[in-house]
Amino acid sequence: MKNVKVLGTGCRNCETTAKLVAEIAAAKGVAIELEKVTDMAAILGYGVMSTPGVVVDGKLVHAGGVPDRKKIEGWLG
Amino acid sequence: MLDAFARWLAFDVLSLVPGSHLGEAARFFLYDVPKVMLLLVSVVFVMGVVHTFISPERTRVWLAGKPLGLGNVMAASLGVVTPFCSCSAVPLFIGFLSAGVPLGVTFSFLIAAPMVNEIALALLFGLFGWQVAALYLVLGLTVAIVAGLVIGKLGLELHLEDWVRAIRVGAATELGDSPPTWPDRLRAGVAHVKEIVGRVWPWLIAGIAIGAAIHGYVPQDFMAGIMGKEQWWGVPVAVALGVPMYSNAAGILPVIEALLGKGAALGTALAFMMSVIALSLPEMIILRKVLKPTLIAVFAGVVATGIMLVGFVFNAVL
Repeated sequence: MKNVKVLGTGCRNCETTAKLVAEIAAAKGVAIELEKVTDMAAILGYGVMSTPGVVVDGKLVHAGGVPDRKKIEGWLG
Repeated sequence: MLDAFARWLAFDVLSLVPGSHLGEAARFFLYDVPKVMLLLVSVVFVMGVVHTFISPERTRVWLAGKPLGLGNVMAASLGVVTPFCSCSAVPLFIGFLSAGVPLGVTFSFLIAAPMVNEIALALLFGLFGWQVAALYLVLGLTVAIVAGLVIGKLGLELHLEDWVRAIRVGAATELGDSPPTWPDRLRAGVAHVKEIVGRVWPWLIAGIAIGAAIHGYVPQDFMAGIMGKEQWWGVPVAVALGVPMYSNAAGILPVIEALLGKGAALGTALAFMMSVIALSLPEMIILRKVLKPTLIAVFAGVVATGIMLVGFVFNAVL
């Protein structure tokens, strides 16, 4: 099971990103554990300055803006 | 050409009477909507492409260790072209400071980024002409540079919240993405248009509709007594009114355009707009997480003073 963390302080783009990840995982039938990280210190610990950021299995894969579908599919694939 | 189209639509298709209140309001609306939309889409598209070249992480590297002065000029200019969303203001703020970007330089960026944005510039261009858009760009940058310099000189680092100074920021991670190709960049431009125009169009249409109503129904020179040049207090009042208001440029500008036609002064109107965009209550609440009240007050005071000066200068020159 992949662990996906969406880093963001609760802005709309962060919500959209989390929803999109869940949606694509469901569509592909990939089981994921989706976490929303809203604590600023934790977010900054990943070196992210522009939210939303995405961390897959402990590794930062994206920062700044809603990632596009193809990218998300790549992480889950 | 657009004007002819608007006349045809208003007076021939809708058979409204030229010169009547409703007819003039409709012509104004039908002329402004397509013109402004076209400009907005083009400018936002170009900006979306520009954003693929610049990221906040890269901007941070460029600004690190730059002295006051040069750093402020760079920060304000980069603030215009770096992708920025006010919801990222806090992580960005801390990220800049932790990389050794001076406080005053960071503020220049934070002031310029929301105030001189592509939506405001596109609309100013569409509604008032490129001269006003260019003037807004230059004056907005000046306010951001000078305000950042003043804040930097005051040495206010002590007024950051304690946790901010204690925080450890991870090194900016290389994402290892391959650099985007040109088709990627163009797609990013299209995505930016969808996101921005998709969000602001209802505001824009509503703003133009209100503007059209003012244009058609409010008597000439009605505004001269309230927002005209003669009242020295017009500028400070406009700035004060702008702070609690939080609209985007899309809703405000068409209304301002209509008010100008009724005798409002451009400096007063621009000061109002800068204040609405650059000094918003929600943004201050976000920044309160990292700044102690003293620093918030200094920030608001310095920026408000700068905006008022811009208003006075505009009113005096034009």
